Amino acid sequence: MKLHEYQAKSVFADAGMPTPASELAESADEVVSAAESIGYPVAVKAQVQVGGRGKAGGILLADDEEEAREAADSILGMDLKGYTVERVLVEEAVDFTDELYVGVTMDRGAGRPVAMVSRKGGVNIEEVAEEDPDAIAREHVDPAFGLHPYQARRAIYDAGIDREIASDVSSVLTTLYDLWDEKDASDAEINPLMVTDDGEVIAADAVMNIDEDALFRQPDLAEMEEESYTDDLERKAGEYGFDYVRLEGNVGIIGNGAGLVMTTLDLVDHYGGEPANFLDVGGGAKAERITNALDMVFSDENVESVVFNIFGGITRGDEVAKGINDALSELDEIPKPVVVRLAGTNAEEGMEILNADLVQVEETLEEAVQRAVENAQEVQQ
Amino acid sequence: MSVLVDEDTRVVVQGITGGEGKFHAEQMMEYGTNVVAGAVPNRGGQEVAGVPVYDTVSRAVEEEDADASVIFVPPAFAADAIFEALDSELDLAVAITEGVPTQDMSKVYKRLSEVDTHLVGPNCPGVITPGEAKLGILPGNIFSAGNVGLVSRSGTLTYQVVDNLTNRGLGQSTAIGIGGDPIIGTSFIDALELFEDDPETDAVVMCGEIGGEDEEQAAEYIAQHMDTPVAGFIAGRTAPPGKRMGHAGAIVSGSGTGTAESKIQALNDAGVRVGDTPEEVANDVEELL
Repeated sequence: MKLHEYQAKSVFADAGMPTPASELAESADEVVSAAESIGYPVAVKAQVQVGGRGKAGGILLADDEEEAREAADSILGMDLKGYTVERVLVEEAVDFTDELYVGVTMDRGAGRPVAMVSRKGGVNIEEVAEEDPDAIAREHVDPAFGLHPYQARRAIYDAGIDREIASDVSSVLTTLYDLWDEKDASDAEINPLMVTDDGEVIAADAVMNIDEDALFRQPDLAEMEEESYTDDLERKAGEYGFDYVRLEGNVGIIGNGAGLVMTTLDLVDHYGGEPANFLDVGGGAKAERITNALDMVFSDENVESVVFNIFGGITRGDEVAKGINDALSELDEIPKPVVVRLAGTNAEEGMEILNADLVQVEETLEEAVQRAVENAQEVQQ
Repeated sequence: MSVLVDEDTRVVVQGITGGEGKFHAEQMMEYGTNVVAGAVPNRGGQEVAGVPVYDTVSRAVEEEDADASVIFVPPAFAADAIFEALDSELDLAVAITEGVPTQDMSKVYKRLSEVDTHLVGPNCPGVITPGEAKLGILPGNIFSAGNVGLVSRSGTLTYQVVDNLTNRGLGQSTAIGIGGDPIIGTSFIDALELFEDDPETDAVVMCGEIGGEDEEQAAEYIAQHMDTPVAGFIAGRTAPPGKRMGHAGAIVSGSGTGTAESKIQALNDAGVRVGDTPEEVANDVEELL
């Protein structure tokens, strides 16, 4: 779960992190009144969860009321990489002499958290990591003990940060680690951490992603969750609670288990088709969930053909068959041909239940995928 | 022989009083697994699925001589259950639980380096030595006993590949589902090492997927340390960068690492043939034997 900038900043500010004064606004009038209470100049920043907002025109500076209004009109309602901007953060514009980067994430290879500092802030840190990895100082952290101050200092000196601000940056980094730890974050980042004329540091941006699996013990953060989708299908997937990824092709894919569904996608590609989506119904899916999955895939106008690939462990073939029957028998006409492959737990019972007038049945994964690809190709011709 | 589990493995089921714990304890026993106890706080003295329940794992070890555990405990309590298994000096703990917070697993991971217990999982289907014992939720009927070792990050993909193997008459020595989370106990390398040392395993199938660098590291290990031939499969060739494909670990980062291509390349460089389909993997194994 990604926090919006304004949410992450409020979490940071509550922890005593230096952040600029800011207010959330939803209209030009609100932007102006926020700017007046903060004092010009201000930055007007789109609150959507995409990277590169500045370059895309989602962050503008305003020196007076007229510019604030212009910025609001230009940003509010704009489409930023598929998301409509409905809110902006109006923020005190900080005069800075330098931009740093600080971050904490999980190094999955090492199985340990890693704290990072770089003098190359204000730019895409992934690019820095790729082109000049030595520009980022890293300290691995023992999760039982947390980030020791000496580790924060070591990283800061390794990164070549000026001594005058070292203790301030060190305190930002240890605070950031503590927040990362307390809030069950997967990543926490400040980019840029601005250095002001008078040698203070201030978090000009704030990124915080929370581990979804830990939300049960982060009720305050769970409450902040705001669903945002680029299209109606993703919204639907969110409502149904599916792991769903929309792709470019025309063969709709439904299966159980991430690895098997990915494999089904790959086989569609292998046999010359193009997958339209990744849809994992998860373990132990009951009939209703199967019906919802079909509804999802049929709702995608790019889909010309559908393949069901179920290998039951916890999931039972008879439940799947019941769900397919329920979904299809309700329709006057089945919009796209559906190929079904059932294996594993209760697959035989499932095959007996499955209404063969409504679907095409194949025995193996390979046959099912080939059939679905052919179905899609026939539509194309 | 086999790795990790056999007919003598004495199993305690952590969370046996829960719905899943009870159901799968029964399934495991039906398969022939030697389930000797359950462990659930405050439920000591009860009997579930015909076995005695103890309040703690260490009590189950004392009373019933358990040497392995399988964990069906909700995510909020899973890390604690794993720590309990590790402190009870079991040889093996298999954590089935899905959705364990990553930071909890980071703490578990640290502890693992200080103990001798093999942890498999979490978020995994378990471990099976066909015809002898299974610890977990794998459907026993698709497996057959033989000389092919299998290690996989994905549960249902394991079933698919096993099905292709079994249909060809290629039985399995042991199959290990290591799980698809970012931080797990037993890695590919750990499993490959076990298979390399097992005289009954004549070939190994390794099923990987996008995300992380575990497959690349495994490829290096294969090149340097393995005489047993390995066939591979990598799921997620069609996955776009930045999108999480179900598993918490299955995401291709923006910077191009962790892709199916890089994994296949690394495996090919290590002499591993990587099949395009599960059927091709079975072909490859047949030829390797």
